[in-house]
Amino acid sequence: MDEHQRREYWRRNLRLMAVLLTIWALVSFGAGILFVEPLNEVVVAGFPLGFWFAQQGSIITFVILIAVYVTRMDKLDAEFGIDEYEEEVHHS
Amino acid sequence: MSDIQTWTLVFVVLTFSIYIFVAYRSRVSTTSGFYVAGGGIPAPANGAAIAADWMSAASFISMAGIIAFAGNGYGGSVYLMGWTGGYVLLALLLAPYLRKFGKYTIPDFVGDRYNETARLVAVVAAIVVSFVYVAGQMAGVGLVFTRFLKVDPTTGVIIGMAIVFFYAVLGGMKGITWTQVTQYTVLIIAYLIPAVAVSAKVTDVPIPQIGFGTILAELDALQTELGIPEYTAAFGSTNMLNMLLITASLMFGTAGLPHVIVRFYTAKSVRAARYSALWALFFIALLYTTAPSVAAFSKLQIIEDVNGTALSDMPSWFNTWSEVGLITQADGSAISALPADTTVNYSDILINNDIIVLASPEIGGLPAPIVGLVAAGALAAALSTASGLLLVISSAVANDVYFKKINPQATEARQLMVGRIAMAGAIVVAGYLGINPPGFVAQVVALAFGLAAASFFPILVLGIFWKNCTAMGATAGMLAGLVTTMAYMLWTIDIYGNGAGVFGILETGFGTIGMLINFAVTIIVSQFTPKPSPVMQELVEEIRYPGRTELVSKHAQGEVG
Repeated sequence: MDEHQRREYWRRNLRLMAVLLTIWALVSFGAGILFVEPLNEVVVAGFPLGFWFAQQGSIITFVILIAVYVTRMDKLDAEFGIDEYEEEVHHS
Repeated sequence: MSDIQTWTLVFVVLTFSIYIFVAYRSRVSTTSGFYVAGGGIPAPANGAAIAADWMSAASFISMAGIIAFAGNGYGGSVYLMGWTGGYVLLALLLAPYLRKFGKYTIPDFVGDRYNETARLVAVVAAIVVSFVYVAGQMAGVGLVFTRFLKVDPTTGVIIGMAIVFFYAVLGGMKGITWTQVTQYTVLIIAYLIPAVAVSAKVTDVPIPQIGFGTILAELDALQTELGIPEYTAAFGSTNMLNMLLITASLMFGTAGLPHVIVRFYTAKSVRAARYSALWALFFIALLYTTAPSVAAFSKLQIIEDVNGTALSDMPSWFNTWSEVGLITQADGSAISALPADTTVNYSDILINNDIIVLASPEIGGLPAPIVGLVAAGALAAALSTASGLLLVISSAVANDVYFKKINPQATEARQLMVGRIAMAGAIVVAGYLGINPPGFVAQVVALAFGLAAASFFPILVLGIFWKNCTAMGATAGMLAGLVTTMAYMLWTIDIYGNGAGVFGILETGFGTIGMLINFAVTIIVSQFTPKPSPVMQELVEEIRYPGRTELVSKHAQGEVG
């Protein structure tokens, strides 16, 4: 990778991180805590929605966020031709 | 021997034999194998090992009970969100970059990126945090042996020590990792079977994550009747500010704990480190989404069974656990002090958080083999976490202190021997702490997250993402975060000062404030202190890109740094 490509790779990595971390904060601190009271007015399958986000929804979202991150990074690595991972050795 | 004891013995002997077999198959002869399993663990296996390492006796035995009984129900969400949300931070901000950097331990990264003072602080912090934790695991092992096999806790802890000794000293990280994969399997089966059975029995929905929705309205009504805030009510036990701060403190603390971070060094590559984080959180989420349902079902069942029942008519689990003093009167005195015809009100009794999961098969009326399986699962959770922590202690002593400071010329064989001796020593100390737990262990474990958040997390993230973060900045930030957090804890915690604190912030949430202080101090001091060397700046640049890069390889060989 030349200097320009490096900068582009890093910029796109940071943008992906920013989007994912925003969602991370919105489901946990947002839906699970800050807005829990209005959300609790809505009840789905017996769960007040705010309570559901705090005890189920946020955890499920976290798993999805990491899944999106690893697949997007795989694509990004392939695009920039730095995906020859497995030959990489650990410190001698 | 009762049915339950027989089945427990069968499962314990069976699982322990498997652990020993697995460990014998994966014994090691190199330092790289001992510290990081040669960096050759496939991602799903590494994820399962991280999950077992992470989910301790506290997650398996105590968490559902804490959700059900420590607050109103919603209050326990801080643990559910905090102990899983940290993995998003790990996956996105730390794991890939630390893996690319290479090396064996967190102090290694801190020392190489910053300086020797920072390395020393990191070594001490890693050892202290790990010992505090491991004592809790050993005590958990003792608890299970006492309750289910009726041996005394000391014998239980010694049996546990012997097993860990065998596979950790022999196999190092490789033995520990493959044993943890087995232990994860045991603990998740043991957790899910009773949860699914109870959910199917009570609601006809065999998926506990969905099933417990149908009983929440009933539980809310029951708690209102008993004069407790509704189970699902927001801020019934903790206010909004503290919910935010405690959740954040647990999240950032998770991302700063040495025994979790070190596991990403065992991955095969940067890509495998990312996938390890994904698998780890997936495996953890299986238990963490089940725990709140176990909490809700158990609480409903317990209130219905106990409230308004005469002592002579109590179900057998009530008597079993009140005999060993884990169910008491509200003032802590024994249940047996009451006349047999007393009618019990729910508010008159105190149920220990630790019994909910262990007693849940009995409470749900499940057969004896399942009770035995749960006991084996609890042991798996405690032993897997203990071994991971012991490895951090051993590698800190052998790699960061002995090899880096005392004898840099040591041969590989000699380093390995020091590692094994350190491991053996750590097991003995951990066993002692498990048998004679200092009274403050439980509190310190909860606080360890705040300390990790306030010390490690900011300097790791800044060290990776900000080339101009200086050694003096990081050291000042780490000390500022650590000192303010510890001072606040000492000031407010019951056993020390019991001060009121500021704005009603609980000591468990203050780590978040300490972390912000650390970030601020590190950034400000870095503006006025000498920049890192050009080589170091280039190195920090290189860890951003996966794949083989020249400078990182040279650094790993010790040629630059």
